[in-house]
Amino acid sequence: MQHKTRIALTAIGILGLSLTAQAQDGERYIVLASTTSTDNSGLFDAILPTFTEATGIEVRVVAVGTGQAFEIARRGDADSLLVHDTAGEERFVEEGYGTERADVMYNDFVIIGPDGDPAGISEAETVAEAMRLIAEAEAAFASRGDDSGTHRAEQRLWEAAGVEPGGAWYRELGSGMGPTLNTAAGMNAYVMSDRATWVAFENPRELTLLFEGDEALFNQYGSLLIDPERHPHLKHDLAEQWHGWLLSAEGQQAIAGFTVNGQALFFPNAHSD
Amino acid sequence: MPADANAFQTALALILGMDPVLLGIVALSVQVSLSAVLIAALLALPLGAALALWRFPGRGAIVVALNALMGLPPVVAGLTVYLLLSRAGPLGQFGLLFTPTAMVVAQVILILPIIAALTRQQIEELHQEYREQLTSLGLSRLRMIPTLLWDARLGLITVVLAGFGRASAEVGAVMIVGGNIDGVTRVMTTAIVLETSKGNLPLALGLGLVLLGLVLLVNAAAYLVGETARRRLG
Amino acid sequence: MNDMPRRFVTEVPALVLDGVGFTHRGQRLLGPLDLRLEGCRRTLVMGPNGAGKSLLMRLAHGLLTSSSGRLQWEGPTPRQAMVFQRPVMLKRSALANLTYALAVNDIPRTRRRLLAREALERFGLAALEKRPARVLSGGEQQRLALARAWLTRPEVLFLDEPTSALDPAAIKAVEDAVLEFHAAGTRIVMSSHDLHQARRLADDVLFLNAGRLIEYTDAATFFTAPSSREARAFIRGELVL
Repeated sequence: MQHKTRIALTAIGILGLSLTAQAQDGERYIVLASTTSTDNSGLFDAILPTFTEATGIEVRVVAVGTGQAFEIARRGDADSLLVHDTAGEERFVEEGYGTERADVMYNDFVIIGPDGDPAGISEAETVAEAMRLIAEAEAAFASRGDDSGTHRAEQRLWEAAGVEPGGAWYRELGSGMGPTLNTAAGMNAYVMSDRATWVAFENPRELTLLFEGDEALFNQYGSLLIDPERHPHLKHDLAEQWHGWLLSAEGQQAIAGFTVNGQALFFPNAHSD
Repeated sequence: MPADANAFQTALALILGMDPVLLGIVALSVQVSLSAVLIAALLALPLGAALALWRFPGRGAIVVALNALMGLPPVVAGLTVYLLLSRAGPLGQFGLLFTPTAMVVAQVILILPIIAALTRQQIEELHQEYREQLTSLGLSRLRMIPTLLWDARLGLITVVLAGFGRASAEVGAVMIVGGNIDGVTRVMTTAIVLETSKGNLPLALGLGLVLLGLVLLVNAAAYLVGETARRRLG
Repeated sequence: MNDMPRRFVTEVPALVLDGVGFTHRGQRLLGPLDLRLEGCRRTLVMGPNGAGKSLLMRLAHGLLTSSSGRLQWEGPTPRQAMVFQRPVMLKRSALANLTYALAVNDIPRTRRRLLAREALERFGLAALEKRPARVLSGGEQQRLALARAWLTRPEVLFLDEPTSALDPAAIKAVEDAVLEFHAAGTRIVMSSHDLHQARRLADDVLFLNAGRLIEYTDAATFFTAPSSREARAFIRGELVL
């Protein structure tokens, strides 16, 4: 028995040491809180190696909803933020959590729906008209319902269309973009998605892109630096290098160079000022 | 292409291809869950045995609490650990959030009640049988604990396996405290969630089959060990 | 009635019961008993089922605590062992069950195997050394329990109906073992409801009925001239009421 106890203790020791080693190796890394839409599209897989090669800094991406990303950063658990809720980002800076916010890139939202397009939105002139058509037809619509950047953008579109969504046809899922697309595919519902997630999505079934191109569907991403005085333990130097690289010509080029099926998904638009 | 028909091919390709990324994910899964099980067992086995042997005020409350905590939703465990390990939390200075260590902590919290509660049950029964003989030999209750744990080992293997099963299958806790960071805290279950959300259902299901195979392997090994011992020891 | 023999003085300390009673859920199951067990004797505790034989042995051995009265050894508490009706063996080999008892008694690791093998030899179990203890036959297990008790070199050995589930050959082995213990200077306290066994083994008899001490006398007197109605009935094989 004692022999086996010793083996067990040794095993725990080895496991524990290796875990600690993993936690500590490569002190030159930052934690980036970002959104599922950027991560799921494969953008980070494409651009991070370039950054790491240039700077030796590893970027560990925690991909969550925009609301949760803000919360993680507020608590000091991430060194940098890359999200898409401009109003929320500006509030984050105003409240003193962030020191700097900059536009990095944009993509756009698209309206997805069943092949047959029962509400006829592909004929609509504006996204507001498309949304009205869905509401009038009471065609099934899957909403994120999770207070994410995409969900907030969707709510602004309903408001602009003068529709108060509700009723059996309007289904709030409380899920991320991917799960929402999976569910929409399952119940053949209309759904609003960011283009990146949609293009990279591999389970569309009967769903197809029905409406795109309205300027109101513009989806801006911003990078934020977190206040070093509030969270002195964070790796501000490294985070600044990351932030700077994203806005640099090199970073912008890396973003522009990322394509899925030959299609660019994000369009760099960092202001040079 | 139907996801389910494809999943077996994908799983097979994953296993045969020995993809280094997949191997890394599998290794981390095993490492995290095994660490959690070992730590939880080290704490919960003596705790369960002590609860079986001693009667003291508040014991009933602890037993009920442990039994209830067996059903603790992983997300709640994860959230609790997140709040504890977050920089703004009481243990924030250690910087453990989004590391494998945080995942181990969360899984320990999840499986400790399972191992402790089931251990208590088994040791209580064995203690009934052994109490007079061990007392007669002059053992104090404290010294009975190792003997009882050792003699209950066949049943306790199953108990520990139940803990391992829960640890390796859960996703809610490790997702929150690990962050599903590629190459750092991505394990089988969080990878499955990620692939599902990308709509890559065959890959997700394939990963699921690999996970299932892994758990099957561990259980089969434990079963063989248990059966051999049972036949030998009666 | 308590005609306690004071003749047999040896080095084994005497056990004195002073008004000892045992109550469970408000029901008195034993006592109050006044009793003095002394000398290196072979005492057979007899009586019908439910007389309190097992209770008395467990109280004396310290497995139970009396509800009333005082129970104490005159002098240092002696080394004791107990052999139960159904032997409790640990889930390991016969040999390991013995080395375990030695480990509990803080015998150095280097000497355990040797001592354990000697004990197995003594009780005719040498060939079964590696066998799991719990798959041995009832008689073999009981002999193993005696070997385990032997290793603790008890000054007092309690045996609670040790042969009630055994065949004659196994009974013989247990009785021989009891005599061997006694020859080595161990005081024997053994319960039994088998009169023949008592005749073979007893120096004196402690007769209980319904939780009360009826007679405590030397064996010859008990079997030839019992002083109580209950004991007379018991010896004749009648139902004791």
